[in-house]
Amino acid sequence: MLFTSYLFLGFLALVLILYYVLPKRAQWPLLLIASYVFYFAAGAHFLLYMFSTTVTIWGAAVLIDKNHAAQKAYLKEHKEGMDREALKAYRSSQKKIRFRYFLAALLVNLLVLAVVKYANFFIDNVNGVLKAFGSGEGLSFVNIALPMGISFYTFQAIGYLVDVYRGNTPAEKSLPRFALFVSFFPQVVQGPINRFGEMAPTLYAPHGFDGRQVSFGLQRVLWGYFKKMVIADRILVAVTAIFGDPSHQGAYVFVGMIFYRLQLYADFSGGIDITIGIAEALGISLRENFNRPYFSKSLPEYWRRWHMSMNAWFRDYIFYPLSTSPALVALTKAVRKRFGAGAGKRVPLYISSFAAWAATGIWHGASWNFVVWGLTNWFILMLSEELTPLYARFRKMTHTEHKRSYDVFQIGRTFLLIGCVNLFDCHATLGSTFRSFASMFTMNNYHIIGDGSLLQLGLSGLDYVILAGAWLLVLAVSLVQRKGSVRAQIEPLPYAVKYVMFFGLFLIVLLMGAYGVGYDQSQFIYNRF
Amino acid sequence: MKELLEILEELHPEVAFEEETALVDDGILDSLDIVSLIGEIKRVFDVTVTAGDIIPENFNTVQAMMDLITRLEDED
Repeated sequence: MLFTSYLFLGFLALVLILYYVLPKRAQWPLLLIASYVFYFAAGAHFLLYMFSTTVTIWGAAVLIDKNHAAQKAYLKEHKEGMDREALKAYRSSQKKIRFRYFLAALLVNLLVLAVVKYANFFIDNVNGVLKAFGSGEGLSFVNIALPMGISFYTFQAIGYLVDVYRGNTPAEKSLPRFALFVSFFPQVVQGPINRFGEMAPTLYAPHGFDGRQVSFGLQRVLWGYFKKMVIADRILVAVTAIFGDPSHQGAYVFVGMIFYRLQLYADFSGGIDITIGIAEALGISLRENFNRPYFSKSLPEYWRRWHMSMNAWFRDYIFYPLSTSPALVALTKAVRKRFGAGAGKRVPLYISSFAAWAATGIWHGASWNFVVWGLTNWFILMLSEELTPLYARFRKMTHTEHKRSYDVFQIGRTFLLIGCVNLFDCHATLGSTFRSFASMFTMNNYHIIGDGSLLQLGLSGLDYVILAGAWLLVLAVSLVQRKGSVRAQIEPLPYAVKYVMFFGLFLIVLLMGAYGVGYDQSQFIYNRF
Repeated sequence: MKELLEILEELHPEVAFEEETALVDDGILDSLDIVSLIGEIKRVFDVTVTAGDIIPENFNTVQAMMDLITRLEDED
């Protein structure tokens, strides 16, 4: 049931009506049923995967929480009579018990994810090695369909498990309530990856009908459909035409790279607008995932503003614990002693961020392209960290510290840099990625931009006009957003003006949305992760 | 307190930590130092400083760090 299907719109309308008509105590159970129906529509057997994640993580978290409570009660009674060593030994013994629960649930879920998502990638690599050693017989591939949103809900559930293990959030005692946290239908497909402690208060609370809130939520949903259907699904045609044909090199790659950036943003942020908008209409707060990322002036800033919930996840659950782990602390000390303080303090940063970016890459997909994509990001980020003092000196020397033009240059540079890195995403193999990247500099066919060749990519002149207009609207809204919520700024306008604006946007989606005879409703790009 | 000072002095032998009142705000401890410091605190005091605790106020003075450690020990 795609967000862009009529079936989903009907489903959503029904859920919204029932949500506010039924007694408030039935609201979260209704959402649970709706979420399971939504997930069931994607494939009945997929429910088994999700349910196993739900049960294992919920069970382990409850056991960890019980141990926490027992430790607290024990210490309350006995702490006075214990010296520091005894306290340390007791805490450590309890921590070991909790760690066992934690590790068991973690491994089960990572194993499931590894099998369904990475088994064929693994087999492909094993076969490659076997072939290199002259063995003709390779392993056969397994035929497992990837359950919808598995990377998102598994990571969200694991994040919760870590939070409970660390004692940052109490465990949810009710299995059905926890099942809703894992399966909540607007976000199960492509995130944002939420935290239990932040989401739970509004997820389970009773909500009275608040016209303003519902209207704000639906406005955002409409805006998401606009981005997805008018921009992303239209430009997709040209992106597919460019990267689907290996003869499109040089300037075509340059154009495709820019088109793909625009498509990816419109697709992913549009999908997230629909998700957060639906949740808002239900009175539920979710994490934001984007903060006008294309205005970023550097790659580190971009990664703080793009897919924020995933980044925060890797930062909090991989980078941070790894960088403060005993092994890295010992390594840091050894390097500091041998090579000095400067080298020593870089150890945790370099190694932990390497691990986090390798994991981010593999999270995106089971291919070497994504691993190299992640590590390219890591390399540029580390380089950027090292060059920061040099940049600061350069800007001081050239008196460009407060120059707007330099900011614009930085924004453009960052946009192109990310475009180049994302070429990994547009190709299936490393070879074709590097070939097309190099062709941008070696092939002199930039005349295609102005000689009508772009009209052969499946988009008409009118499509380009619509795209330009739609993109200008997105840009204008992003600029207005700098002063705060656009919807709150529109609110005081006369009713007639607002009506014309929203009805206009609705008509644009209806008339200019990329659908019609022969048009495939397309999946969201991030669905495949 | 003695153990914490030992950790800090190993990071920056040139700094008189007990006299400083704005270690983070004055840039004496940067983000990379804080990461090393948290790792050491975890090793020596067996407490985990969570991401939410990483704010300048908790690391500006030796006393603030000690207060944080004591609080985390009590929470356990």
